[in-house]
Amino acid sequence: MNTKKRHYWRNLYLIVAFLILYLPIFYLIFYSFNSSGGMNHFAHFTWAHYQEIWSDQRLILITVQTFFLAFLSSLLATIIGTSGALGIYSVRNPQVRTLILGLNNILLVSPDVIIGSSFLIFFTVLGIKLGFISVLLSHIAFSIPIVVLMVLPKLQEMNSSFINVAQDLGANHWQILKGVILPIITPGMIAGYFMAFTYSLDDFAVTFFVTGNGFETLSVEIYSRARQGISLEINALSALMFLFSLVLVMGYYFISKDSPKGKRKDRKAQQNLIR
Amino acid sequence: MKKINIMFFGIILICLTLFIISFELEKDSSSGESDKTVNIFNWGDYIDPKLITKFEKQTGYKVSYETFDSNEAMYTKIKQGGTAYDIAIPSDYTIKKMIDNHLLLPIDHSKLKGLGNIDSKFLNLPFDPGNKYSLPYFWGTLGIIYNDKYVKASEVKHWDDLWNPRFKNSIMLIDGAREVMGLTLNSQGKSVNDTNVKDLQAAYEKLKKLSPNVKAILADEIKVYMAQDEAPLAVSYSGEAMEMMDNNKHLHYIIPEEGSNIWFDNMVIPRTAKNIKGAYAFLNFMLEPKNAAQNAEYVAYATPNKAAKKMLPKSMQDDKVMYPTNKTISHLEVYDALSQKNLSKYNDLFLQFKMH
Amino acid sequence: MKAKGLYFSSYVLWLLLFVLAPVALILYQSFISINGNFTITNYENFFKIVAYLRMTFNSVFYAGLITLITLLISYPTAYFLTRTKYKQLWLMLIILPTWINILLKAYAFIGIFSQAGPVNNSLEWLGLGSHQLLFTNTSFMLVAAYIELPFMILPIFNAIDELDESLINVSRDLGANKFQTFWNVTFPLTLNGIKSGVQVVFIPSLSLFMLTRLIGGNKVITLGTAIEENFLVTQDWGMGSTIGVILIAAMILIMFLTGEKKRRGR
Repeated sequence: MNTKKRHYWRNLYLIVAFLILYLPIFYLIFYSFNSSGGMNHFAHFTWAHYQEIWSDQRLILITVQTFFLAFLSSLLATIIGTSGALGIYSVRNPQVRTLILGLNNILLVSPDVIIGSSFLIFFTVLGIKLGFISVLLSHIAFSIPIVVLMVLPKLQEMNSSFINVAQDLGANHWQILKGVILPIITPGMIAGYFMAFTYSLDDFAVTFFVTGNGFETLSVEIYSRARQGISLEINALSALMFLFSLVLVMGYYFISKDSPKGKRKDRKAQQNLIR
Repeated sequence: MKKINIMFFGIILICLTLFIISFELEKDSSSGESDKTVNIFNWGDYIDPKLITKFEKQTGYKVSYETFDSNEAMYTKIKQGGTAYDIAIPSDYTIKKMIDNHLLLPIDHSKLKGLGNIDSKFLNLPFDPGNKYSLPYFWGTLGIIYNDKYVKASEVKHWDDLWNPRFKNSIMLIDGAREVMGLTLNSQGKSVNDTNVKDLQAAYEKLKKLSPNVKAILADEIKVYMAQDEAPLAVSYSGEAMEMMDNNKHLHYIIPEEGSNIWFDNMVIPRTAKNIKGAYAFLNFMLEPKNAAQNAEYVAYATPNKAAKKMLPKSMQDDKVMYPTNKTISHLEVYDALSQKNLSKYNDLFLQFKMH
Repeated sequence: MKAKGLYFSSYVLWLLLFVLAPVALILYQSFISINGNFTITNYENFFKIVAYLRMTFNSVFYAGLITLITLLISYPTAYFLTRTKYKQLWLMLIILPTWINILLKAYAFIGIFSQAGPVNNSLEWLGLGSHQLLFTNTSFMLVAAYIELPFMILPIFNAIDELDESLINVSRDLGANKFQTFWNVTFPLTLNGIKSGVQVVFIPSLSLFMLTRLIGGNKVITLGTAIEENFLVTQDWGMGSTIGVILIAAMILIMFLTGEKKRRGR
């Protein structure tokens, strides 16, 4: 009885939290069916804004490019960020460690305009042509620190005796990394990847400064279109993107559903072994 | 490890798919060698997309279209180099600044067709004498928008009316130092380009008294707010006002007769342009009355092309918001490009006002 | 050691190219006055002009409040989430809203908080009357907290999820009640997650600029606004860089202080 009641409160809290998180999104989707212009008075139901997208080749291209950029840049950022976290973890001197961490966080604290304009100067000095490559490099660059911040705590929580035991058992460096460290930091890496992905999708200012030769991302397009008021076509596009991501996330979850259990068993086994 | 492998290869697979899709899409739209492509750098949603297609069909050039959201950001990018835009569309004071910094190529008038279509009152303006570097694209004014549900027409005729104590917490101002300081200077009978330190200080003192009436200081989103009745009064541009009035019948736009700002967005050829021939083709294309009219109808801003204006629907032509009378226009001033120091002065005073 | 160097090198390269080089550039620029001279006037101005000091205070104050609100909502959410059946799925659904463009979400909030919007409608329906919700500090902080929420939940969730169940069981077996267990076992062990959550939220909150205008109506001016203005409107990159340098210096200082404490604690 008691636990049931507690579950009730717990679930209620979560439901409210989710409702709040999704409220603006449902609001956007709701008005994507509005026949009148804005997001305040709902006139009639219409599919017109969805048809607009279909005929707007430019918008479709930009959307595809934006996702391509986000998937790729966050993948590379996760790889570099994770190796960075491993490196920082192995630094023994605490002062050096804080120094590197401080440097790591600089891109997180710097406002986008500063990052964007300094990257722009940097790329022009190096003679890198502005376009997809420069945007990709910048997105990787500003996503790395967040990956480090997500992975590092996992490493710090890791019981260092794992590594010692593995070393005693004669495992080489690569085997330790693959067999012991990576499974433990996987959640951190996934979290880092998601954050990097988010940063990449959301960024406007940095992308604006370093893009060129016709390459554009969705946020640059949305921000400059906002001058004429947000068109409901953008709402419709967001609704579609949202549905697509939802399907993607669900799909990913149900494909990989069996592995977490296996993983947990592995870890229990490891822990038992060590004890 | 298994999980990581699944994810890793899954992401690679997604990337490949997206890359192929974007490659296919790009094939039949834009990009190619530089002598076949015209790079256009414009405000978002500031051209009828059908015109781009028409231009491509007519001339055989491919258009690569990029957008910006502020003059200053665009200026930074062009100044820095890196990309070669063949056409850009900055506003008046930025054009002056770009000319002064040698960022523009002079326009050879002998290569233009249909320059005579442009209304002569929009040519030869102080920011670009003789239109050596720029051709008008759209123009507009700065004024007051009021909601007749809360404010009577007789109550807002002058800038000074904004200081009326009745309008406590009810004005939305445009977030621009030139605009807000300028209207205050106008209300004191001064020019919007005044740089006299004493005048500016006096304007700031007067502006401070406006604080209780100011509800918010915003940018593009003013039109969303005004359309949903969030405030009875706003100071913004005519183009924005048109947009709001489309969505809310109770809104009206006036230009105070003591003076205000008139602005221009002109087409220019940046110094870094690669495809000069294509740039001229685009200029000539936009000078054609039919195209300019189609663009004006789509974007709903005022066209400087008098032949195009005649082709617009009657209701649009007679719209006093978009096309104020010559008498009103004679009272309006274009913003000069201020020196760095004076601009800082304006901005510092405005920042202090905002913090007030 | 060799292998270590191998995977560290890509990161170090990144540090050099994309962190140290831009920082050097900004540092250099911060000494360039508006007239193009090499001086320290920008720094003098920052500490001399009251407006800048007030702005700094405002930024820290509001960023702190936003972080606090976010933390208070996030911790229970993350905690409860770890106890649900399909927790990984729910976690992903927490992140999903961040993939919708922030400007669009801000515009949605403009509609939601408007005079005739759903919040005011329900207030009226409850007999509380309609209120001016937009352009208040409260709505600004709430929307900012909303935006940052997933970034806080994620690290905390990970920390709680990694917690060894047996520790909690031991604590319960030793007779500690739920609260004592939470306060003495769960909370301290998840401190690392909270720390990275706070870092991820507090630091960007210092330089918020879009929401301050869209939702706050520029009633709150933060350092982010000032930097934005100096870079894009005044085009006084010197002053903008100066504020940026001060922001970065403050952050490194905070990092050093918290790093120090942690070491002593251990």
